[in-house]
Amino acid sequence: MRWITARRRRPLFGYAAVLLALVALGSLYAAATGLGSTGNASASSGSSSSQITEGKNLFAVSCASCHGEDAQGSSVAPSLVGAGAAAVDFQVGTGRMPLKETDAEAPRKPPVFTQSQIYAIAAYVASLGGGPAIPSDQDVSTAGASTGLGQSLFNANCAQCHNYSGAGGALTAGKYAPPLTQATSRQIYEAMLTGPEAMPVFNNTTLTPQDKRDIIAYVEQTRSEANPGGFSLGRVGPTTEGLVAWLGGIGALVLAAMWITAKRREERTGEIR
Amino acid sequence: MSDNDADLEIGPEERRPHRVIGTPPPAAGILTDPGRGDGEDEAPAAEPWIPADNPDPVSAKNWERVAALLFTLSALASVGFVAAYVGLEIGNKNGDVVDATLRSNLALGTALSVAMLAIGIGMVIWVRYIMPPVEVSEARHPLASDPEDRAAFAETILEGAAASQLTKRPLLRRTLLAAVLPVAAAPLIVLRDLGPLPGTSLRSTVWKKGTRLTVYGSNQPITPADFNSPGAMITVIPEGYADNDEVLAKATVIIIKMEPGQLKIPTRYNDGVNGPHTLLNSMNWTVDNIVAYSKICTHVGCPAALYEQTTHKILCPCHQSTFDAETGATVLFGPAPRPLPQLPITVDAEGYLVAQSDFQEPVGPSFWERG
Amino acid sequence: MSTTQHRPLQMPKPLAKQGGELDDRFHAAKGVRTLLRKVFPDHWTFLLGEIALYSFIILILTGIFLTLFFQPSMSEVVYHGSYTKLDGVRMSQAYASTLNISFDVRGGLLMRQIHHWAADVFLAAIICHLLRIFFTGAYRKPRETNWLIGLGMFTLGIFEGFLGYSMPDDLLSGTGVRIAEGVLLGIPVVGTYLSFFLFGGQFPGNEFVARFYIIHVLLIPGLLLALVSAHLFLMVHQKHTQMPGAGRTNNNVVGQPMYPYFAIKTGAFFFFVFGVLALLGTFAQINPIWQVGPYTPVAISAGSQPDFYMGFLEGSLRIFPNWTWDIGGHTIAWNVLIPALVILGFLFTVLGVWPFVERWATGDKSYHNVNQKPRNAPTRTGVGMAGVVFYGIMWLEGANDLIAVHLQIPLYTLTEVARYAVFIGPVIAFWITRRICIGLQRRDAAMLEHGVETGIIQQLPNGGFAEAERPVTPEEAAELIELPPPSVTEVRSDTDENGLPAPARRGLAGRVQARAHDYFVEGISLAPPANGHTNGHGTNGHGTNGHNGHGEVESGERAAIGSGPSGDRADDEA
Repeated sequence: MRWITARRRRPLFGYAAVLLALVALGSLYAAATGLGSTGNASASSGSSSSQITEGKNLFAVSCASCHGEDAQGSSVAPSLVGAGAAAVDFQVGTGRMPLKETDAEAPRKPPVFTQSQIYAIAAYVASLGGGPAIPSDQDVSTAGASTGLGQSLFNANCAQCHNYSGAGGALTAGKYAPPLTQATSRQIYEAMLTGPEAMPVFNNTTLTPQDKRDIIAYVEQTRSEANPGGFSLGRVGPTTEGLVAWLGGIGALVLAAMWITAKRREERTGEIR
Repeated sequence: MSDNDADLEIGPEERRPHRVIGTPPPAAGILTDPGRGDGEDEAPAAEPWIPADNPDPVSAKNWERVAALLFTLSALASVGFVAAYVGLEIGNKNGDVVDATLRSNLALGTALSVAMLAIGIGMVIWVRYIMPPVEVSEARHPLASDPEDRAAFAETILEGAAASQLTKRPLLRRTLLAAVLPVAAAPLIVLRDLGPLPGTSLRSTVWKKGTRLTVYGSNQPITPADFNSPGAMITVIPEGYADNDEVLAKATVIIIKMEPGQLKIPTRYNDGVNGPHTLLNSMNWTVDNIVAYSKICTHVGCPAALYEQTTHKILCPCHQSTFDAETGATVLFGPAPRPLPQLPITVDAEGYLVAQSDFQEPVGPSFWERG
Repeated sequence: MSTTQHRPLQMPKPLAKQGGELDDRFHAAKGVRTLLRKVFPDHWTFLLGEIALYSFIILILTGIFLTLFFQPSMSEVVYHGSYTKLDGVRMSQAYASTLNISFDVRGGLLMRQIHHWAADVFLAAIICHLLRIFFTGAYRKPRETNWLIGLGMFTLGIFEGFLGYSMPDDLLSGTGVRIAEGVLLGIPVVGTYLSFFLFGGQFPGNEFVARFYIIHVLLIPGLLLALVSAHLFLMVHQKHTQMPGAGRTNNNVVGQPMYPYFAIKTGAFFFFVFGVLALLGTFAQINPIWQVGPYTPVAISAGSQPDFYMGFLEGSLRIFPNWTWDIGGHTIAWNVLIPALVILGFLFTVLGVWPFVERWATGDKSYHNVNQKPRNAPTRTGVGMAGVVFYGIMWLEGANDLIAVHLQIPLYTLTEVARYAVFIGPVIAFWITRRICIGLQRRDAAMLEHGVETGIIQQLPNGGFAEAERPVTPEEAAELIELPPPSVTEVRSDTDENGLPAPARRGLAGRVQARAHDYFVEGISLAPPANGHTNGHGTNGHGTNGHNGHGEVESGERAAIGSGPSGDRADDEA
């Protein structure tokens, strides 16, 4: 245990310890409630009144300050009536909500609530007036999906913001399309269904659930596949390639040229007489 | 290094340098007299231009070992390259195609890199640490020719010109010129059949009254009831043209669904030469708060498709031209000069979204005949 | 060590016989010997052009490999190959065969990647080489022709790279071709015709990959080969320039002989270039077209950028305002014409006429075989840096969306800033660079006069402290002092002997030239006072060479390239 005390004087260690404790506590809690992050979506469809009550309470504590007591919205936040359970699951599940500070874009963060709490809030918001439900495991299953069709759909409708590789990209006024590296298949589905923030909505009658599964399959395979040509360079296209050509290519060759042409010490000290 | 004590002999066919003089080792920093112009006829030098031996034989011997090691390494790497080529299958015969390619590329590339770099490093060691260091000087000769040579040259030219009679016979000269110019134009003429003339083809697209809007990719027609979520956007193409890139390059459209009251499309007429009565934008061209705009940017033709449903801005990711979807895709920012053309849409008897007509102005980038 | 006695060198009989047979036929002994003994100056910046040369050779080698497998056809196929992720996708034969090269041809991906990296390094090396030539004044007489040939190769290289980038017909390159089509359409009067002839009709048509291909693999490489040959021939014929230094004059070349030294060095460098490109091709993935997807005019990717050498044009297209004119039934697309074509033309025109402008302004008609240090030509260096900043801002703006995301700066703000910076930046860069150059010249002059600060602090008898200084060595002085040109230069003076403006300075043209001349020459070579310098310098064994530089400094405050009365220097053939 000496190594702990030895490090305790370091200021960062305190934060690390607190973080560790919090993570441990959260894991225990999740285990105790019996609902991990892989919890089933049936929570949303078969929502009990107790779940709605729990959600209402959580909403009142964490969300109502911006979205209003009855989720009717305010000057700083939209109404959630009709937003649907899928939107809640996406926003809270990706840690974007509750918002810490108002910025151009809500960044992805570790979620504040457990999955069961998220389902409770989702059930409450869904009870206020419809909206898309949380997709089931079957909805987001990519078994048998066509990555080829997914590719066509992705490039025509998603790549303009998220980049061909899902690396993300810039929008106006400081907003950005996030990279698709962390989103789960359910979250990708929910994002298409609900159009979080600046993202347009792709409802199920326009992009059918099968279309969505094709897109998800394409995204997942793209991000998981290796880079056969070496390091990916961020998969953002020629800009980083140009940097590497200059810094790596020209840089290395200039060093080689300097070595080849450098004067040796005895040459340097040679006198002209 | 001790066996080069033999006396220096300069035979008649001796190819000894004698223009500039080097100092032999061990005075290593050698710099010769710059030489004054043509030194070719100076007396032969008593010493060689460049020395034969490294002043530090011990160090040279050590470096020789290093270089030999590197050359051997290179040879081994080349063998490795062949082995990797033969030994590593690619394609999807055994397992994942990407992983197989990764393995092959890594093995082949590493072997090739080592083979090349080892030779390169070894050669630099050879020339820098094994060979005797030299620095020599070579005289430059004036580039300009002697005046006599120039005069003789000019004379030759003039003689030839006179003999050719061209200076005296303008008829010959001018008709020859007249003959050559059309010949030079011929290569341009034969390029004519590279493509058809543009005509008015850039002014129109395949959209016409009743053409259904179909979702790109799934090729399904779409009803306002399908496309009923405010904030929705989708890329659509004219039905039946999914495989025709030339058509799609002009006719691709995005449709956007808005909340009631958000669309504020003005009634806008063309004020150009096409006559003042050509309608360019109208609320009557929308269906149920669904509006259709050309996806082809009016700057240089990239698909302008980056739609922010919160601000209703359409951004082109190529050069960031920004259009306001609420007000007829008017330009908010960037290099695009004109709004994205609006496609008049309505619903057909079966309830599907269809075009009322073609676009009322040319889509895409500016061109000379656009007007 | 051994004494300086040497054996006579004896050619082995068989070799001598073979050599004799060859010489009987080609009369080559003398010429080849001269070539073998050609002296190459040893300075690392002189290898920048070689990076380009060797990249070009590697481009040809890898390119030949790729042509064996690539199918330059736009006929449509539905993919059912090894890369199953794209199974069933509609694509062109060109794209499908590129997938095939990447995933089904052993070494194909490596060749593709080396080819692409070599293209990037080729153009980057050309840019470095060009900047080195510019900033050291190596393009001056007699090398103006080679400067122009180099610019021609640079232009061709850009087009060649763009065409190659377009070959696989993937989404990124197709977008680039689409932009090129938009630019073509913007050309007044003939734009639509050019576009229709190039694409065989409306974009994208079924022709352009095949047409680009033949230009890419035959026409431009052929032109480049011819120009490379001319470039190298002129370089050998006119001999290298060299950096200023001890013993280096306008009448000699100091360095190492071609045979065997330089031949080994340059051979080694070829392997270095190949090795580095192979390393990049192994470990840095470039243009992963299987991720990008096939081209379709319907789709677009965020962060659509061209390869870096087109980046400045992409940037200028992004920052230029949306000006167009509709006049008399015609549209003039200034928003496309100026950023894409006028700026490209402007850059290359300025570069092309620069040697002649400088020559006109300075009145310097002499030969220059010793390069100038950038500080010794403040106006040129300032103009060069202004150009670099101008280019650089547009270049950065070509990646503004990536910069916006990663530095969290709003996109429009970047563009707005760039719109001003592209005008203000070069002016500031010019001014600052010029001041820095003149400051460095002053420091050089002070060093020549007072010596080098040694860092040793000595206490003086009166209790004060002073830093010990030592005189500059001849080698240091030779690097500091600029050599005058060897031949008689046209002496330009403001007034004639009667105090009237000199004939060359009368009239509008004369006055303009006089102003330009003054500006170019002003600040060049702030010479140290003649007295302090003569003592410290002329006596310490510098010999004839040193005398040249020394005299130049004496010629006074306006001693400059060609401006001082340097023609009377005893520098020509004795």
